[in-house]
Amino acid sequence: MNKVMISVLIMAGVTYIPRALPITLFRKRIKSKIFKSFLYYIPFSVLGAMTFPSILYSTSNIYTALAGTATALILAYFEKGLMKVALGSVITVYIVDMLLK
Amino acid sequence: MQSTEYIVNQKLAAGRKDKIHHLKRGFYAGLPIALGYIPVSFTFGLMAVNGGIPVWMAVFISLTNLTSAGQFAGLNLIIANATYFEIALTTFVINIRYMLMSLSLSQKIEINTTMLKRCILAFGITDETFAVASQEEKDIDFSFMLGLIIGPYIGWALGTLLGAATTSILPESVQASMGIALYGMFIAILIPAAKKSKEVVMIIAMAVFISSVFKWVPVMNRISEGWSIIAATVISSIIGAVIFTREEEEYE
Repeated sequence: MNKVMISVLIMAGVTYIPRALPITLFRKRIKSKIFKSFLYYIPFSVLGAMTFPSILYSTSNIYTALAGTATALILAYFEKGLMKVALGSVITVYIVDMLLK
Repeated sequence: MQSTEYIVNQKLAAGRKDKIHHLKRGFYAGLPIALGYIPVSFTFGLMAVNGGIPVWMAVFISLTNLTSAGQFAGLNLIIANATYFEIALTTFVINIRYMLMSLSLSQKIEINTTMLKRCILAFGITDETFAVASQEEKDIDFSFMLGLIIGPYIGWALGTLLGAATTSILPESVQASMGIALYGMFIAILIPAAKKSKEVVMIIAMAVFISSVFKWVPVMNRISEGWSIIAATVISSIIGAVIFTREEEEYE
């Protein structure tokens, strides 16, 4: 097996475990407010940590990335939905890239 | 004797009819999710092939993982030639949120659902299927969950295949612009949530600050991206949980 295949199988395993454990084992509710809060905040912190500063390095240069980020922030503020925000930032990057050439 | 047998058969037939009915209802509830998944997994397929992953492997990842953020992060780490441990821990930390969903569903799924059935439907827990399932007023059964999962599962794999197969057709300038798409989607999730909650704003700000420190501060930036995501996530979530502990009624 090559490295990619092993990596993918590991990913599949560690993705399945948190899905399967509680529903098969837990029959009672977790009482700890702090632990529940911790779990509640994780999606926000992990998405935040993954997005910044990586987004600034996601295109061919920093200027197109900044333009794309600004577009995404504005569209997201007006709650345009995942598809429109993503496409808006992609199109902005494409246009700014063309203008800079 | 004959009449008892007749009644039993009638009951069995009614049970089957119920199951088919629930399966159908779940399937229709999952259709919008399936459609929504196609462009996201399309992007995944595109990025995977751009990063040198074969088309069949991109589809295989979607068929075995069925998760967006985890797959994207894992893909980035695979392309960056990260260690197995980094890949495992990053993917696990990203998907820890499924534990809360799985826990919530364990209270909602019919209590007599068998272990095997629980194991099967656990695979299909995503942010979106969870959201739909938790909107059901009554307890849900295996048939409903199975129906709910099938559509998104197919949509996720199909989108990946289309994206992976399309890559070579797109000009390089368009491909370079696609790199920001995933982050755009994350922002589309974060900002509306941040608008509703000051606590969420603080959590995101802490996470962004910590991951920026790991990126830009000398010495600290020797730590890989995988570890920096884990550290930023865990530290900011723990601080948040302690300072901004949520009360029971805050959970919908």
